[in-house]
Amino acid sequence: MRRGLTAFNRVSLLFGFGFLYLPIFLLVVYSFNASQLVTVWGGFSTRWYASLFRNEQLLDAVWVTFRVGLISATVATILGTFAAVALVRAGRFKGRTLFSGLVYAPLVMPEVVLGLSLLLLFVAFGLPRGFWTVVIGHATVTLCYATVVIQARLAAFDRQLEEAARDLGCPPFKAFFLVTLPNIAPAVAAAWMLAFTLSLDDLVIASFTSGPGATTLPMRIYSQVRLGVNPEINAVSTLLIGLVATGVIAAYLMQLRRRQDA
Amino acid sequence: MTQRSRPRLNIGAVRSTFAPWADPAARPLVRFENVVKRFGGETAVAGVSLDIYEGEFFALLGPSGCGKTTLMRLLAGFEDPDEGRVTLAGEDLAGRPPHRRPVNMMFQSYALFPHLSVEKNIAFGLRQLGLAKDEVAARAAEMLALVRLDGLARRKPHQLSGGQRQRVALARAIAPRPRMLLLDEPLAALDRKLREETQFELMALQQSLGMTFLIVTHDQEEAMVTADRIAVMREGQIVQIGRPAEVYEAPNSRYVADFIGDVNLFEGKVERADGQSVRLASDEAQGGFEAVEDDVIAVGATAWLAVRPEKIQVHLDAPPPGPNRLAGKVADIGYLGDWTTYLVELPNGRTLRAARANAARFVERPVDWDDQIWLTFAPDAGVVLTQ
Repeated sequence: MRRGLTAFNRVSLLFGFGFLYLPIFLLVVYSFNASQLVTVWGGFSTRWYASLFRNEQLLDAVWVTFRVGLISATVATILGTFAAVALVRAGRFKGRTLFSGLVYAPLVMPEVVLGLSLLLLFVAFGLPRGFWTVVIGHATVTLCYATVVIQARLAAFDRQLEEAARDLGCPPFKAFFLVTLPNIAPAVAAAWMLAFTLSLDDLVIASFTSGPGATTLPMRIYSQVRLGVNPEINAVSTLLIGLVATGVIAAYLMQLRRRQDA
Repeated sequence: MTQRSRPRLNIGAVRSTFAPWADPAARPLVRFENVVKRFGGETAVAGVSLDIYEGEFFALLGPSGCGKTTLMRLLAGFEDPDEGRVTLAGEDLAGRPPHRRPVNMMFQSYALFPHLSVEKNIAFGLRQLGLAKDEVAARAAEMLALVRLDGLARRKPHQLSGGQRQRVALARAIAPRPRMLLLDEPLAALDRKLREETQFELMALQQSLGMTFLIVTHDQEEAMVTADRIAVMREGQIVQIGRPAEVYEAPNSRYVADFIGDVNLFEGKVERADGQSVRLASDEAQGGFEAVEDDVIAVGATAWLAVRPEKIQVHLDAPPPGPNRLAGKVADIGYLGDWTTYLVELPNGRTLRAARANAARFVERPVDWDDQIWLTFAPDAGVVLTQ
């Protein structure tokens, strides 16, 4: 039997990948466009990258986005770990089904609804919208993704390892940190990466929950595009793609090494 | 759970004079008092009382689901009794969490920490004791040498063979020098040859450390070889406690006789019981059965005679008439090399087992399939059972 690709396979691959990546590829190419006009090729140049680093508004937005991502991903991962432990370990406690349902609900809820409800909450509590409300909003949304990722790993984890640690003199909490956590670490890292990436490119939640002085990069790009597309946007988007791709590949390699170890 | 005393008979191999359970002044290290444990509607342990003494190698033996592992987990602290209590050195263990109990457990799956090296696995319990760094290292090295894993300190568990993992698990559990070591099916994952070797190693280790070992197993051979005493369990209860030879040669019930080793059971009506011997009438043997038995059993009661296959002689020529003599036909022969097992069909269709050691390489007249043969056994070969 021939095991290579048939002509049909080749064409479908071409169309599939083309569909997915052609827009991104174009964007990357045009970020190196010398011309002022976004859609007209005027030769290779890195001038938009240079001007990008002089655009303080944009750099500000990048800085805000990073801080939001770091903090919200960390909060979501920590809370997600506890939620996963409760779901996997506590057995059939009262309200378990409700709890797991509530954890998963934001996965399928429309972002607009989430953003709006968060906004209403912050208004009701009289919280001034700004940096921290965006962080809270992102932590809320990414929490469920983190929980799902960590829960899957924890369910496969041999509970006897924790019992062995306790038997050897570890109080339960310490046993979790010395034995369970190192063994689910790849999942925790993956959950963090996922939460960070989700936070990085979120526009909807940020738009609803942000306030003055806390404009994230996607918000900045969106508002600039409305005023006319600027090749600088292409450049910053290319950098964003590079960053996310690096993160994803790093996470994949980490998982791969783990698997080879085990 | 009556402990039969048979002053006139010496039973089996008597290992040593070590018998603290026979000394009324001795205080047990561990005492289970009427312990009951339920899971939901199921009763896993149904009223167990048991004493285990310092320095003893004790085995809990029973089929899966008989409550033996639950009993061990009650001692380790992973479960709490619903009724009764468990004491260690006279102290009630109720409410004391596993990390504050001076017993360590070797898990059936070994439960080695996959992210730690062999050395760090072994040092894990030592660190929890709060020992100085160099003391931890010294004792871990000592343990590594004890289980002959010196060269493998830096390996991760997944780089070890099954036998090596088993030794790491053992070293890790004994490193903190617990009052008692609990072994949950410690040899179940090893192949037969390694298992036999390891049984003897465990015994030697227990002797040299002077530590109390409690082993849980469903493998009767494992329990017989290693333990000073065996408790046979059934449905959450202990049915007999005794030295391996006592449990084998003097089982107190048909269940124990059948669970430990192979046995032939003959049912009969008691014709005579005079405190020295018992006579049973049975359709299976024309001459009836006669057995040495010092208990007086009511005449007319139903009793069973349990005879081990190796205590039955196989004859090709008819022996003189008398008790304990049966005729049959060879239905099957199992040749094991060291032993040969004969499955003998009685005229009523029931099959018996007789075993013979192959002491000689050549036999003048070998027993063959479908041969008409006679089986006999001595009056002291069988045990009379009333339950």
